[in-house]
Order: sequence, then C-alpha cells, then structure tokens
Amino acid sequence: MNVKAQVAMVMHLDKCIGCHTCSVTCKTTWTNRPGMEYIWFNNVETRPGPGYPKRWEDQDRYKGGWEYSNGKLRLRAGGALSKLAKIFYNPNMGTLDDYYEPWTYDYRHLIEGERSDYVLSARPKSMITGKYIDQPEWGSNWDDDLAGGSEVVPMDPNVEKLQEHIAMEYEKTFMMYLPRICEHCLNPSCVASCPSGALYKRDEDGIVLVDQEECRGWRFCMNGCPYNKVYYNWNTHKAEKCNFCYPRTEAGLPTICSETCVGRIRYIGVVLYDADKVKAAASVEDPQNLYEAQLGCFLDPFDPEVIAEAREAGINDEWIRSAQESPVYKMAMKWKIALPLHPEYRTLPMVWYVPPLSPIMNHITNEEELSTDGYIPAVDQMRIPMQYLASILAADDTEVIRRVLLKLTAMRVHMRSVNVGGVDELAKSRLLEEAGIDTETVEDMARLLGVSKYSERFVIPTGRREMDGDELHYEQGACSIEDLAPPEGMTTYPFERGR
Amino acid sequence: MPAEANRADLSAQGGEKMGEMGEIFWWVVFPYLTLAIMIVGSLYRFAYNQLSWVAPSTEIFEKKWLRIGSPLFHYGLLFAFIGHVMGMVIPIEFYRGLGISDHLYHDFAIYGGGVAGLMVVAGAVILLIRKMTVDRVRIHATFADFFSVISLIIVAGLGVYITLVYNTTVLEYEYRTTIGPWFRSLFVFRPQYELMTAVPFLFQLHVITAFALFASIPFTRLVHLYSVPVHYPLRAPQQYRSRSRYRRKRI
Ligand code: SF4
Ligand code: SF4
Repeated sequence: MNVKAQVAMVMHLDKCIGCHTCSVTCKTTWTNRPGMEYIWFNNVETRPGPGYPKRWEDQDRYKGGWEYSNGKLRLRAGGALSKLAKIFYNPNMGTLDDYYEPWTYDYRHLIEGERSDYVLSARPKSMITGKYIDQPEWGSNWDDDLAGGSEVVPMDPNVEKLQEHIAMEYEKTFMMYLPRICEHCLNPSCVASCPSGALYKRDEDGIVLVDQEECRGWRFCMNGCPYNKVYYNWNTHKAEKCNFCYPRTEAGLPTICSETCVGRIRYIGVVLYDADKVKAAASVEDPQNLYEAQLGCFLDPFDPEVIAEAREAGINDEWIRSAQESPVYKMAMKWKIALPLHPEYRTLPMVWYVPPLSPIMNHITNEEELSTDGYIPAVDQMRIPMQYLASILAADDTEVIRRVLLKLTAMRVHMRSVNVGGVDELAKSRLLEEAGIDTETVEDMARLLGVSKYSERFVIPTGRREMDGDELHYEQGACSIEDLAPPEGMTTYPFERGR
Repeated sequence: MPAEANRADLSAQGGEKMGEMGEIFWWVVFPYLTLAIMIVGSLYRFAYNQLSWVAPSTEIFEKKWLRIGSPLFHYGLLFAFIGHVMGMVIPIEFYRGLGISDHLYHDFAIYGGGVAGLMVVAGAVILLIRKMTVDRVRIHATFADFFSVISLIIVAGLGVYITLVYNTTVLEYEYRTTIGPWFRSLFVFRPQYELMTAVPFLFQLHVITAFALFASIPFTRLVHLYSVPVHYPLRAPQQYRSRSRYRRKRI
C-alpha cells in the first residue's frame, strides 16, 4: 500500500444557479493578466451545448486522455516518440478560435469622440490584436442558458450520441449547468504529455501544477488533458492551469471558486488513496468499470491499517482526521451519490458531481396525491435524459445514474415526510429500500446537501509546513512572488503596438 | 588531386585580399568572440531568466501556415545539422578510410544538403510571411523574432547557394580539407586560421554569418534549441513531487 492524500472537490449540480460568480472570482484572482484573457480556470457551461473550448469532449479531434488498447494504457495523442516527432506542429491542439477572441470596448471614444447627432458607442476591440471586431461571433458563455438554441445545442458531442431527439421547444427542453475546473486527476494525462516534465502532481495533496521555470511551451498538455483545462499563455509562452488555489488550501481555506459560490454547491475534503492501484484502475478494459475501479483506489480513513500506513507515509494526524470528516469521502465513497466527470478518459478525475434532480418529474402535476411508488418510475422519465447524464458522468452507464437519482429522490421523499408529513410510511420504506439507503443516511445526506455550514462543506487541513525544513525562517519578510511572477515586469499589452 | 590544386592557387589570392590581421580577426578572434557570447549569454539567461526560456509557439494564433512552415523548417534544420557534422566534424580521412570517394561524398552532400537547405529556406520564408501577414502573430512578434528568422534565411540561403549552385557550376569545393580542419582546430584551441584564407568568399561569408547568428542565440527565441526534450521517452509518465522538492532551486 502506498498511501497518498488528495484534496478533492464535489459539486452538487442541483444547486448551481449558473451565476458565474465562481468564474469571475477565479479570473480576478488568477487569469486577469495579459496573455490570459481567454483563459478561465473555472468556467460554467450550459449543457446541452458545446462547452468551453468548443466541443472539448470530442476526443477524436483533441485526442485527450488515455486509451486502452492491446492490453496497454497509452496516451490517446501518442507516446513520447510520436510526440517528439510532432513537436514542431501539434495537429490536435486547438486554437484561439476554439476558445474565443477576447475583446474589450473602446470606452475612450465615449469621452473623446466628436460631438454628433448620434449616440456615441463603444466598439468592441480585440484584446489580441488591438483591432476593432465589428461583429463578435463567439465569446465566453456565448451560449449561456441555451441562448444559441437549436443552432448551438447539436454541437454538444453528448447530444450527438443520444438516441432520442432533444426537444428544443421552450416548454419541453432541458438545461443544466456544468461548472468545471481542473480535475487534479489521480492519473493525469497532462503530466504524462509534458515533454519537459514541467507538470507534476504534488505528493502530499495531489494538486497538479505547472512548474513555470521548467515549462518550455511545447503545448502537448493543452490537448493532452481531455478536459482541456491546461491553457497556453501567449504572453509568457508557458502553460498555466487551475492550481486549486494552493496558497489558500495550504492555509486551510477553500479555493476561491468554492468560497464565493453563491449556490454553495461546492464541497472540499481530503481523500486517502493507494497510489499503487492507480495504474491498474485506469487500465480496466471496459470503460463502464472505471468508476468502480477508481472507487477501489480510495482507502477507508477509519481502517486502523490504513491509518498506520498513512502515518508511515508521513501523513500527519490533522490530515487523517480531515479525511475522516471529509464531505467528499461521504458523498463520493460512502453514499456514492457523486460521480466522476467522463471516467472514460481514464485520468481518474478528482472533482466529482452529484447529478441534478430538479428538472425531473415535469409530468407530476399534483405531488400531494402522488403515491411514493410513483417516484420510482418518475426517475426513469426525467426531463434531462438519463443517457445524457450517463454520457457525461458514467461512461454511458445509465444504471449508475439511476441509482444516484433514486437515492436523491428517496432523500427528498423522506425529508418531505419528516417536515410536511402525508407520505405513506410503507411505500416510503419501499423507496428507501429500492434506493439502498436507510433513514439515518438519508438525513445525513439531506443535512450535508441542504443546510451544511461552511465548516462542514470545507474540511481542509493546512499545508504540511513540517516538510519545509528550516529554510522558511530565512524567507521572513520577503515577498513571495517577487521574482516569480512580477505582474508588471514581463508582460506586454499589444494595444499600443497594434494601433 | 584537384582539390589540393585549387587550394594552392586560391591561397595566393586570398592571402592578398586580406591582411594577416584581418585573417586573425575573422578566423580566430571573431569565432571565439561569438562563441563566448553564445555560451556565456546562454548560461546567464538559463541561470537568471528561466521564465523567458521557451519555444515561443504561436500555434494558438494560427496553425494552417504553421503546419507547413514549421515542420519544413525544423526538420530541414535537423538534417542540415547532421550534414554539417558529417562535413565539418568528421575528418575527410575517415571517409577515405571507408573507401568513399570524394566525388561520391560530394554527390551525396549536394543532393542531401541541397534538399535540407531548401527545406530550411522554404520553411523559414513561409514562417516569415506568416509572421508578417497574420495579424495575431505579427502584433506579438518582437524585433528579435524577425531578426532570428531573417538571419536564418540569410545563413541558410548562402548555404543552399554554395551547395546547389556554386558547387555544381563554379567548382566542387573540397571544404573538408580547409573549413573542416579549421573548425575542429577551434575546439582544441589551436586555430589554424591560415586554412581559411584560400576559401572562396561565399563560403567565408556563410561561416561568418553563421557565427554571428550563434552570438545572437541567447538574446532571441532560439534558446529553445538547447531544450529539445530528448529525455522525454526515458522518464516515467507520472511525475510526483513532494513539498521538500518543489521549492524553487536557488542558484
Ligand atoms: S483535468 Fe487537470 S489534472 Fe486532469 S489531465 Fe486535465 S489538467 Fe491534468
Ligand atoms: S458560483 Fe456556484 S452557483 Fe454560481 S455558477 Fe459557480 S458553481 Fe454555480
């Protein structure tokens, strides 16, 4: 056993209101520099839709993640030698147009423009070339809230796979939000794709980072990540990615996206896993078994043997305690209501999702009179097609989604009977049985998902300073970012030159 | 031996053209000076400016032209490099020992070197046009970027010209008895500058411009040539770093 700790996240999609607060706070924290205008470490996409970058799930094109063929796990975009051969031109990498050309507005014209009979307007101006863009055609969240309608929805690779026709009429269609950050995978293909070895996974908390000094800008990580969550900063010519706000998590604080999440959909906690099992778990043949295989990598933080091994591996008691109280452990491993995003990419992602329940049961007109048994078939006839959710969260295995939705429905029915009453007890217990959970679990779930406080949603131990040795004393009073990323030193804005 | 004969009469000419001091400057001082700038400059930049040490790709902005230009240019350069090792580093005696006639060698060098050189020039011209015409690329290109591409076109263009045109029309020049030994003599610190005096002017110019280009390496995007990730196939796919290892290395 090779015990490692991982800080992981769960997002409860039912509660996401699509407000983009997370994206904006992330942007103002990390990506508001020249070269990074188009970059959103956190983005919230409306599904069904193409996402950001466009059609990132189309792995025939981007060739991200791993594939299992002839008994071997290999990078879909090709191994080391074929990468070296393609280093001068990476055929699978997207361009700015797959994201969008960022722009600002010519506000100055509003103040300095000549007096005229018409109202002055601020024309959009590219932040890449400094030239006017007369008609922006795509932008971040251009398709927010299905606002591309029947033109944009079919661009969703998951929709292409669906058997049934998706209704686009306003009263019949469906919609959900999918907030995305880097998954801080257990088997990160971005790391394996980097020719320089600049990307790495931190041993003690699993955060995946790019060493800015070692990155040489070879760009294979960009499309090597199947989630397209490594970005190319055109100004520094280096890769940058979500860093799980490590300066915050090291201080025991949640990431900025989680801290500011309006819907309180995000949960952060520690998970212990066995690093020796990772490769085998990523190499199971049937993609539908990847979810179970990944679950098999996680360790029970209450098991005395695991605790002993963890201590042996240098994991301190604060981290072990955090793993025991971890909301992620509860939702993903104990209750099994959170699922990994696209497990078929074989990177073993560590940001999991509780699938949304809300828009179901649109045909239930009078919930008062509904017999509890009626909920079970209702789960199968949701407004969001189960195949659609399964395509995103379960490698097309609808049974996995069904089990989770049943649990969430059972929770809803039980809490209704507790708070409002009027539910047939016998039928309710049948529902709980079908969902495979007991009332105690259901009430725990309802508390964590519904009303949990900050300290329950975020259980984050502080960084392991004991590993730093004595050196930090000498750094006292120094500015930590002084020569690492001088915000004004190495950046250039193109505007002046572009004009 | 025709090559030897050539050398004899050209040496008389060359010697007249350039005074002794001039010869020492161009074939001793200048190469050492440029190589010193290249080495010291590169080391300095590597030690103090890792953040700028990149292959500054613009693939994110434009990839249609890049798709043709970049592989053509880079692979051409790779072949040309191998060709120069064959001509400059490996002594002529080696080939003769193997029984490869001078004529056979030159035929190979003209075809192989010509193709490689043409690839470099064509690729670099495509990249230059791309750099000048694609807005997104041009606006972010610096003086150094243009400087590198243009000087590469000049150096490689001269190389192609002497390989394909001069060698086939004027004379099949045996650089392996003059430029080659001179080049090697630089590295044992006994520069035999007199070997260069008789070399045809275009060859001399190719050498001088090439050394000037070497000197510019630390100041341009060309530094990425030192970082070809040849170790990639050998390393483990997954990289873990522990807190005690990922702090900044102090230099
Ligand atoms: S999601 Fe993050 S850790 Fe996983 S492959 Fe992509 S960039 Fe790497
Ligand atoms: S802040 Fe929270 S609720 Fe708002 S979009 Fe982001 S994840 Fe959703």
